[in-house]
This record gives sequence, structure tokens and C-alpha cells, in this order.
Amino acid sequence: MQLILEKRPQASSLMNFLSPVLAIALTVLMGGLIFAAMGKPPLSALYIYFIDPLTSWWSIEEVLVKAGPLVLIGVGLAVCFKANVWNIGAEGQLTAGALMGAIVPIMLAEWQGPLALLAMLLLGALGGALFAFIPAWLKTRFGVNEILTSLMLVYIAQLLLDWMVRGPWKDPDGYNFPKSVSFDGWHLLPMWGDGRMHLGLVIALVAALVLFWLMRHTLKGFEISVVGSAPKAGAFAGFSQTKMVWFCFAVSGGLAGLAGIIEVAGPIGQLQPHISPNYGFTAIIVAFLGRLNPIGVIFAGILLAISYIGGEGVQIELGVSDKTTQVFQGMLLFFILTCDTLILYRLKWVSSKTKNVSAGETL
Amino acid sequence: MSPYEAILLTIITASTPLLLAAIGELVVERSGVLNLGIEGMMVMGAVCGFAAAHVSGSAWLGVIAAIVAGIAMSLLFGLLTQTLITNQVATGLSITLLGLGLSGLIGSGFVGLPGVQLANVSIPWLSDLPYVGRLIFGQDPLVYISIALTVAVAYVLSRTRIGLIIRAVGQSHDSAHALGYRVVAVRYACIAFGGATSGLAGAYLSLVYTPQWIENMTAGRGWIALALVVFSTWLPGRLAAGAYLFGGVWILGLYAQAMGMGIPSQLLSSLPYVVTIVALVIISTNRRLSVINTPASLGQGFVPDR
Repeated sequence: MQLILEKRPQASSLMNFLSPVLAIALTVLMGGLIFAAMGKPPLSALYIYFIDPLTSWWSIEEVLVKAGPLVLIGVGLAVCFKANVWNIGAEGQLTAGALMGAIVPIMLAEWQGPLALLAMLLLGALGGALFAFIPAWLKTRFGVNEILTSLMLVYIAQLLLDWMVRGPWKDPDGYNFPKSVSFDGWHLLPMWGDGRMHLGLVIALVAALVLFWLMRHTLKGFEISVVGSAPKAGAFAGFSQTKMVWFCFAVSGGLAGLAGIIEVAGPIGQLQPHISPNYGFTAIIVAFLGRLNPIGVIFAGILLAISYIGGEGVQIELGVSDKTTQVFQGMLLFFILTCDTLILYRLKWVSSKTKNVSAGETL
Repeated sequence: MSPYEAILLTIITASTPLLLAAIGELVVERSGVLNLGIEGMMVMGAVCGFAAAHVSGSAWLGVIAAIVAGIAMSLLFGLLTQTLITNQVATGLSITLLGLGLSGLIGSGFVGLPGVQLANVSIPWLSDLPYVGRLIFGQDPLVYISIALTVAVAYVLSRTRIGLIIRAVGQSHDSAHALGYRVVAVRYACIAFGGATSGLAGAYLSLVYTPQWIENMTAGRGWIALALVVFSTWLPGRLAAGAYLFGGVWILGLYAQAMGMGIPSQLLSSLPYVVTIVALVIISTNRRLSVINTPASLGQGFVPDR
């Protein structure tokens, strides 16, 4: 007996839905094994990791605060990946957006009011988009692979931020700490709940719904799918590959930049050397887990947000490294890709005997 | 030691991990597979190498552990992309994310512990020659291994039957399959070789370059190695030249920082990444150069027609 992959006549829409569920189950199972290997009680560790964050209103708020940027970046990347454009530098675009948006509170500190906040958000999106235009331009003008350039730019953006908060934008009254002045008044997003929930969550939700509508009900959405899945057919239909690259980088870079300024004008409240726990990279997982579908991305974003909070939970309660979060996230992407094979293929047991017979027939 | 010797020595130390990781990926890509997981395999090599050397006290055991770790990660990549025919770009990314996480978890108990340094080769008399002695005869063993590997890869790819098969598989997997070559098996072997050299590159960082474990200590070198393969237009000789050029840029930045010429250190630290982008642009503008050697099946999964 031998297990082989047999191509399905049509992609299975059932497996498209089941694959993430299966992947989550496999991740939880492997997670339990890893906890056991570290000498921790697996069941209670998993409980602390996945269930505890949802048992108090306080931690649910924390989950939503983390889900906000993940969804915002994730929906942009979902559009990119759907069109077969590989922007993996969202972390850099997030940083660029935070820097550009922070021009208002740092250089125009006197300007207060709703317009100032709006300007911050717009500048943030603009900063992210402009930064994303670098790989877009290099790809369309010179044919440089966007994966490597967008990734290299992450390091460059982070070093730029580091220099800004230690140099020109350092808070003069900050006791020499590497941070900017603290934002105040209209330079901060409106907050509610216990003072953690902020306007950014609404923006993320709206962005996801708008992109869902765009993908489902507009010609642009159709164009994205066609160019991504069948570039030749797209070319015959007159869809421009070049314009698609610019469009994808504009959308995903802009949303990542928006997420950046929302983080610094929301939960953080100032610029500092580290403004994101790898949201830009985790959002890649969010996009895949959400089936590259903006509504799916909302749920995926919440799940990945739980993995952050759960990781902190096991660190505090069981004293394991906070790296468990990254391990869980990496495993999740790994298993989704594994399970996604079942969308196009089905597993089939073949006995070596039947294989010989069929080989004989073809002869 | 004169300053010029010191600079050349450090350039070689900075270049070797890039060369090691890139020479493996070159073979992988020549067989038609794009593995973006170098950073993950490399960082796993670094942590496993450090841990094994620290526990056993033997740097060579560390080197072996790093190779094993690199191969293990690469086989995960192979399982997904070759057997389950997943998207190679996404799978490579998942290997990188998984590697960075796992290495942090494994290494959390080793942060700040003293490492074991792989000793330099010392040949009596030859290593003491003026000017060139230390440079040519007194390096650490992995430098020689990296150069030997580069020469071997260049020879095997261009002059042997095995190399021909690898290139055939990379150029057109359907034709290679029709000729009776086992495409998937060849690719698995190449992927494992890439994993081994990436692991070795990681070991170089944690056993030679800075003999300790620092989280994310690969600092994007895996990605730069990937860029190097593109830059080399898949030719081993050009790859080695590129690796030493990049190592030079890296060291230039460090020296400029040490001299403190009023340039922000962040600007100098970003130099390798900027140079990578510039190099990619230069090579991509020369279409003839890059198109000739690009493996035609690069990044495409192969499903045999049964």
C-alpha cells in the first residue's frame, strides 16, 4: 500500500474552509507536545494559551487591540498575495507610516484638533504607501524581485526609526531615553473601554469590509483574481501586470503604514525604537489563514492576536520563553500550507498491485 | 599584524557565512527550487551548533549538530514543496518564521553563556610567513571548507554527469522526467545540501564570528545570501566574488563606525541592505546576464504525470 496525491478535477471548496481548521488542530496538538517536552503540563498550558485570553473582558480587549493591526495589514497582504505580488516587507512599511505620521505631533506640536489627527492618519498611510513604492518601482522598472527588496527595506526602515528616536526626534526632556515626546490631546486616538480599545479597531474593520466589497463586487477585484491565478488570461483581457503591482503595493503599504501610525498614536503614544512585535510578518500568516479573503482575515487576525496574549500568559504563569508565540505562529503557517494541499489534491491509498495493473493498461 | 592584514582577515570572516549559505542555495535553485527558508535554517544551525558545542565542549560536535539541524529544517521544506507541492515562496517564509521562533525557544537557556570557539588552523612555519601567512594558512577550518565547497560545486555543476542532471531538472523538469530522471529525488538531495550549508553558515556565526548565542543573530544574512545567488547569475565563481564584496561592505561599515567619523551608526549598519538592493538592480538591468542562467523551472512544483 502506498499513499499518493491524486489531483482533484476541481478545487475543493469544502477543504478550502476545513484546511485552516485542520491546521489549527494540528498546531494545538504539536503545541501540546512541545509543552510536554519542556516539562510543562500540556493541557493546562494549552488552556492558558488559547482559552484564558477569552475569559475576562480585560484580556478580550487586549486581544482586540492586537488584532487591529494584524487585520489592517493582513487584508492588504491578502490582496497582494491573491494577485501573486509578494510584498513581505509590511513591517518596514508599518515603520515608515509611523515615522511619517509622527511628523504632526513632533514637528507641528502646536496643531491640535480633529484635523490634526486626520492628517496624522493620512500621512501614516501615505508614508507606508510611498515606502512600498520603492519595491514596486524597482520591480516594474528594472524587474527586480520584490520579495528581496521589500524585505531588505524592513531593516532599513527599522534603522531609520532607531536613528530618529536617538537623534533628531529624541525627547529633549526624556532623560536621554531613546524616545520621542509623548503625544497628547488630538495627537492620540480616541480611546474607550478600560482605556485600551481605540479608533484603530474600527478603521481595521472598515478596511476589511471595503476590501471584501472590492474583491467580491468590482471589476478591480476580478482583475486581481485573474492576474494572480492566470497571468496570461489577464494579459489577453487587457489587464496590466505593471499597474497591478503598483496597486497592490499602494494598498498593502498604505494599510501597513496606517497600522503603524495607529500603533504609535494609540497603545504606545510616542515613537520608540521598537513599535511592533513583528505585526508585519505575522500578518502574512493572518492573510493565509484567512484564505486571502478579507472577512476570513478578520477571524484569522483575532486568532493570531490570541497567540500573542496566550504567549504572554504562559510566560507569566509557567515561566516558559516568550518565543513560544513565534513558534506557534510559524507552525500555524506551516500546517496551513500542508493542509492546503488537500484543496487541489486528495489522498489516495494505492496498493502496489493496482499500480502495476494500471501501468500495464497504459502500455 | 598590520592593519591591512586585520581588515582582510575580518572581511573573510564576515564573508564566509554568506558564501556558505549562498553556495548551497545556488545548487538548490539550479535544481529549480526556490527556498526562501535560508534565514530559518541558518539561525537553527547557529543555535544548535552553539548548544551542542557548549554542552559537549567540542566545537566540531557543534558544527555537526548545526549541519544536522539545517538538513532537518530543509527536509521539512522539501516535504511540503516536493511531496505536497505547496507554494515554494510561502513555504520558505514559514521555514524562516518557524526557525526564528524555534531557535529563540531552544536558545533561551543559552543566552549569555560562554561559547566554544572553533580554533584556527595553524601550520608551523607557513602560518608565520610575513604578510600572507596568517591570511592564507592561518584561517579557521570553515573558511577552507567554504572555498573547497565553492570549487566543488563549480566543478560538479559544469563538468560532471550529476551536475548535468541537476541542471536538466532545473531547466525543464518535464523533459528530465521524460528522460527517466527522478526529479523529486534530485530536488530533495539538492534541498538537503542547501540545508547542510545553511546550517554550517549558522555554525560559523555562533562558533567563529561571535562565539555566543544572540537571538536573531543571523540579522538578515540568509536573505542577503539569497540576493547573492541572484547577483551571481547562478555562477559559483561570481558568487564567491560577490560574497567577499558584501563581506567587505559589512566590514567597511563596522570600521567606519569604530572610527566615528560623525556618520550615524544606523546609516552604516544599513549599508549591507542598501548595497544588496543596488546590486539586485544592477544585475536585473542587464537582462542578458540574468536571463541566460536563470533555471527555467525555478519555483515551480513538479507533479509527475502518472
